[in-house]
Amino acid sequence: MSSVDAQIVALHAQIASCETQLQRLRDQLFEAESHRDISSGAATGQTPLSLVNVAPSSHPTETSEGFSHQEKGQKVAKIWPLDKHEYRRYGRQLIMSEIGLTGQLRLRSSAVLVVGVGGLGCPAAAYLAGAGVGTIGLIDGDTVEESNLHRQILHSTERVDMAKVDSAIASLKSLNPTVKYVPYHKRLTAEIALDIFDQYDVILDCTDTPASRYLISDSCVLLEKPLVSASALRTEGQLMVLNNPPLPAGNAQGGPCYRCVFPKPPPAASVVSCGDGGILGPVVGTMGVLQALETIKIITKGIQRSSEPPSLLLFSAFSNPPFRSIRLRTRKAKCSACSAQATVTREALESGSLDYVQFCGAVSPIDALAATERVSVVEYSRLYNSSDAAMNTQPSIKEHILVDVREKVQFELGNLEGSINIPYSAICRSSATASTDPLSQPPSEDGWVAQLRNLAEDRPIYVVCRLGNDSQLAVGKMKELGLDGGGTRWIGDIRDGLRAWRKRIDPDFPEY
Amino acid sequence: MSAASSEDVIPITVEFSGGLEMLFSNQRKLDFSIAAKDESGLNSNVAFLVRYLCDNVMKDPRKDLFVLDDTVRPGILVLINDADWELEGEDKYEIQKGDNILFVSTLHGG
Ligand SMILES: [Zn+2]
Repeated sequence: MSSVDAQIVALHAQIASCETQLQRLRDQLFEAESHRDISSGAATGQTPLSLVNVAPSSHPTETSEGFSHQEKGQKVAKIWPLDKHEYRRYGRQLIMSEIGLTGQLRLRSSAVLVVGVGGLGCPAAAYLAGAGVGTIGLIDGDTVEESNLHRQILHSTERVDMAKVDSAIASLKSLNPTVKYVPYHKRLTAEIALDIFDQYDVILDCTDTPASRYLISDSCVLLEKPLVSASALRTEGQLMVLNNPPLPAGNAQGGPCYRCVFPKPPPAASVVSCGDGGILGPVVGTMGVLQALETIKIITKGIQRSSEPPSLLLFSAFSNPPFRSIRLRTRKAKCSACSAQATVTREALESGSLDYVQFCGAVSPIDALAATERVSVVEYSRLYNSSDAAMNTQPSIKEHILVDVREKVQFELGNLEGSINIPYSAICRSSATASTDPLSQPPSEDGWVAQLRNLAEDRPIYVVCRLGNDSQLAVGKMKELGLDGGGTRWIGDIRDGLRAWRKRIDPDFPEY
Repeated sequence: MSAASSEDVIPITVEFSGGLEMLFSNQRKLDFSIAAKDESGLNSNVAFLVRYLCDNVMKDPRKDLFVLDDTVRPGILVLINDADWELEGEDKYEIQKGDNILFVSTLHGG
């Protein structure tokens, strides 16, 4: 490196350090001024007058336009720390001691990244924009679907099929046009995570897979950023503020990371998505709003100044009390990401050697049955319609038995006439093998087994579900329980389930 | 119940959350008593409780959604009286009268 290059590097470093110091001085100045205000009282008419343009400019993406008011031809005007419109817009939070002028300036000079613009990300981003966070980045590779709208409040009916990021920014701009919004139209991957995260002060994990949660946490640890992580399913939600304070790996005073709390990923089979398990809008909305709240707390208090012990907030909408706070561990001494022995390094992450998707595993498509045990919806429709015709369009199945193994609540949304509902949850609980517990009763035959046994023994059983996975497992279970009469009765499933039925046979069958 | 027998068992509350209740016949909260000593005559600890739940309370045959390698599977937090069990000695924590033990499966939806 030439001496000129070295000098340039050194100067850059010096400038960065001075800027940091300057920002700190500004923070202190405003704090001091607000104290003086309180002690001297507003009656004197004295207002703090700053001698410098106070628009904080430490952040590279900060826009400072509109913050300086010097009218021509007049004596130097007072320069207020906030623009006129900002006093009005943020007035209701400015007058609270928890925010105040210092807090508002910190919000304005901060940059927050929202990863995932769905049920969590929408409400979180809305409240952050409303509060006046200076820069909000949004990452998501998906487009808006109709089934998102009951909970993803930034999107709208006319924006179905639009990129979620663009749809969200359209809403956010109408909410608060003074915020700078940065779109990233892609799914977060290890290749891009560090470069993007580096430009932000706080990261919000609003994603929906274990793989992304580990990637986000690792990136936050490496870049020393606080992470506000939430998740939700059905009627429950969970919230954690991680890596806060965001101290370097190896510093035990730093907050725990996702790997400290969950060193190993859950088995893929135990991970349930909102699409499969369901989600209530206000439940996930509550969690997203809480993420915005925690983010505002972190920023207004000043990053690095956290003193709150790590905790996990559990929300269960149908329990009493609905909220519960759990004390969490501190940093794990052997954590693979945030301890002194960390193996999750910048190099490992960037090189792609940490395969997050593989680390978390994937559920391989269920392929439990032989081809002879399966029929397509087209094949089944012939059978279904012929039995229909045979009965003079009376919807009754005489020649075979159709078992729908979806849960009752789904069955009631729409079903094929003549089908019998036996939920998979009941089927999988039945056991043919004796319990290992000597104290338990000999297994009595479950109601549904008896029900099927009592139907004419020779009629074949067709099993159907939503997508064609549970139906295969149900067939296996029925055979295990001897319902096939040792091979005399055919039991099989309808491939790809009712989704395929709707696609290929009956487009009016309800989609959900 | 005689005084002697009440000393042999410990009344506790066990709760399930995050979907684990589905493995336990949709019960979110169970109040019951557990033997004060385990199979080897040692004070009952959380490891013993997990075995007990698995063998006696859980009707669902998908045991691997609750235990794996003789302990709760990854992705389940065990909370003893509202604190992470890692703060209390993990599965070696000896169960006390009136303890509240909560099993939470981590959620991923968003
Ligand atoms: Zn860690």
